[in-house]
Amino acid sequence: MAKELMKGNEAVAEAAIRAGVTAYFGYPITPQTELLEYMSRRMPELGRVFVQAESELAAINMVYGAACTGRRVMSSSSSPGVSLMMEGVSYIAGTELPVVLVDVMRGGPGLGNIAPGQGDYNQIVHGGGHGEYRAIVLAPGSVQESVDLTVLAFDLAEKYRSIVVVLSDGSIGQMMEPCELPPMQPLKTKFPDWAVTGSEGRDRRFLSSINLDPAAQERMNFRVMRRWQEIEANEVRYKEYYMEDARFVVIGFGSTGRVALSAVRAARAEGIPVGLIRPVTLNPFPTKAIAQAAQQAEVMLVVEMNNGQMLEDVMLAADGNAMVEFYGRMGGVFMLPEEVLSEICRIAAGGLSTEGHPRDRWLNRSAQKK
Amino acid sequence: MEMNSQVIEEQVYNRPDSFVDVSTHYCPGCTHGTAHRLIAEVIDEMGLKGKTIGVASVGCSVFAYNYFDVDFVQAPHGRAPAMATGVKRVLPERVVFTYQGDGDLASIGTAEIVHAAARGENISVFFLNNTNYGMTGGQMAPTTLPGQKTTSSPRGRDVETQGYPVKASEMISTLDGASYVVRRSLHDPKSIRLAKKAIRTAFEVQIRGLGFSLVELLSTCSTNWGMTPVESMHWLENNMVPYFPLGDFKVHPAIAGLRF
Amino acid sequence: MQTEIITAGFGGQGVLFTGQLLTYAAMDEGREVTWIPSYGPEMRGGTANCTVVISDEEIGSPMVSDPQAVIAMNLPSLDKYEGKVRPGGVLVVNESMVDRAVSRQDIKVVMVKANEIAEELGDKRMMNMVLLGALIANLPVIPLQAIEKALAGHLPERHHKMLPKNYEALKRGAAHLAQ
Repeated sequence: MAKELMKGNEAVAEAAIRAGVTAYFGYPITPQTELLEYMSRRMPELGRVFVQAESELAAINMVYGAACTGRRVMSSSSSPGVSLMMEGVSYIAGTELPVVLVDVMRGGPGLGNIAPGQGDYNQIVHGGGHGEYRAIVLAPGSVQESVDLTVLAFDLAEKYRSIVVVLSDGSIGQMMEPCELPPMQPLKTKFPDWAVTGSEGRDRRFLSSINLDPAAQERMNFRVMRRWQEIEANEVRYKEYYMEDARFVVIGFGSTGRVALSAVRAARAEGIPVGLIRPVTLNPFPTKAIAQAAQQAEVMLVVEMNNGQMLEDVMLAADGNAMVEFYGRMGGVFMLPEEVLSEICRIAAGGLSTEGHPRDRWLNRSAQKK
Repeated sequence: MEMNSQVIEEQVYNRPDSFVDVSTHYCPGCTHGTAHRLIAEVIDEMGLKGKTIGVASVGCSVFAYNYFDVDFVQAPHGRAPAMATGVKRVLPERVVFTYQGDGDLASIGTAEIVHAAARGENISVFFLNNTNYGMTGGQMAPTTLPGQKTTSSPRGRDVETQGYPVKASEMISTLDGASYVVRRSLHDPKSIRLAKKAIRTAFEVQIRGLGFSLVELLSTCSTNWGMTPVESMHWLENNMVPYFPLGDFKVHPAIAGLRF
Repeated sequence: MQTEIITAGFGGQGVLFTGQLLTYAAMDEGREVTWIPSYGPEMRGGTANCTVVISDEEIGSPMVSDPQAVIAMNLPSLDKYEGKVRPGGVLVVNESMVDRAVSRQDIKVVMVKANEIAEELGDKRMMNMVLLGALIANLPVIPLQAIEKALAGHLPERHHKMLPKNYEALKRGAAHLAQ
């Protein structure tokens, strides 16, 4: 099949369309806006629903309503907009609805800037909305992966009645790469037995996240958590590079993962036995793969465009079996391969201090540099 | 003249088919029950039971879905018009209505209601105004009258520091996208008959694809007002109606000629 | 084998399109390729740039600090990128828009009066094609024919009458070989 050159944001939109998205609701925000604009052209052309909402808050609640009908629906935004959506995200989780949400992360906190960032990791992976719920989180590292994971997101959302977040960033959203698009799927014609569609010919249904009886609410929480165990057992995805003989392992996700790939290749060229693990599902997290790598590795280097958020998950997985180091850029500063390479070289040279938390060691090193 | 001993029974009052046979959680004297019943009667009369999807909001009517025998969803606080937009856009042939209180619609949900109206979203909104937050125990609402005491305006609403009531219907009627915006009351039989007619009109507007309709219903809250049901009806008539005048604020010309 | 090219200049000089054309050509040649722009407020009025990475294997970082080649369409871009070109790399400069020579001795420097050449050809907007031709002649990453094919394949139909002139612009640029 012929490849097309597409911008990450537009590729996500087209992939969603081909995966059979019936309705899209969104609000403009850089660096995500091309996705909304693409949908505004394509969805009406196909007789599907596009609404530019008055806010991200409204957009996610339109998604909430549309998802209640059992159709494939989605929204997209970037960090500050995603914060506004968190109310709806929790309600959607509480109602056990399949929804796909795309977060094209930028530098923050606050209004921050529109350069690429990864500071939403904790918000998206470890919660964000109130109450206990889990979202499946997929982190593409390229335009092709943006396409593939968007399609997967709809399938997983339906399979597990879950929110699935495609956690991208400004660099992946804005970059153009050749990609192969999936064939156009027909829109669904069969809808699940919980869908609210009008009660003609059957008993009425209602969908709500309210459960005033704590015991009943707890039963729901148990059901959802058991489903999560199933997700953890079946849906972990990650990529490994040069791991066979690796004594040092770099771990990074999304754009930072591929920046690390350049650094790992350069380090290999200098004879350093270093490998790379790039988690593709951030939730469920590839804990086992990282635990296994910790048995083999002397040092693991976590690289992120944030203040060390996935770092904590890696430390839990490594469980003290390998030393963990951290290197981060914040505020929308894009990490470059030579920065990661110099960290790899520093680690390979040995004589590392193990005192304190890896994040503190990183902060102290960066203070010394200045 | 002999009296005819045969008793002719004619049923003049029964539970609407669209109204579930359960007791509601509403307080004695509360007009939510009246409003629910009117909506259910209209759904029956128009034969819309299997085609209707309701959107409940947050407030005393959060459990509205327990009482209507139609499909229902329940929205976060203030977001019912957004959620209804999502449902209606995907299922344009269905009849979609929201049922919202004054805190929900005129405070936390102002953006959602204004923009649903501005878009001319083809949904019907039933807006219950009882001048306070009923479910949380009677706090000041955007519709609380100047001087009215609530648990969060214990010395009476001071407009200097707490501002003025929001006249939501008047405000929304200024939007080109709104087709039918009226205010009715539920305090006496005549008002109730007019309210039902407005509810019917709102649904007729929707099934004809004529756009956004909103019926504001002035309502009582005996418990939080600290009044008997009868006192509440009088208080509504004597205090609310003068401030929130009843009437039609926007009737699109295509609606004025409707016959049903 | 990986090659990185940065194209930089004022907004409106065709900076992003030049990079995209290179990207299309690489894609059509079956290579791995990534194009990434600077975006946002930078795009408005000021200088714009984009990075193209062409490779035979999965591409790592889409951005680099020491590109193999740079097309500098104006003076601010020359100032910004002269020091960044990897030793042995190529720096193509739009001589029409700069008032100084390049001081680096360890790179191939190609000075092109691109504005004048484009105007001779009848449309100064083709300045970017002249510079791209010069780049391709000095950096054996993609054959010139692939760029021409990409132009025909990806230029909107309504601009196709301009194709012969664009080919000409590419060729005029390609006549500039670094000393």
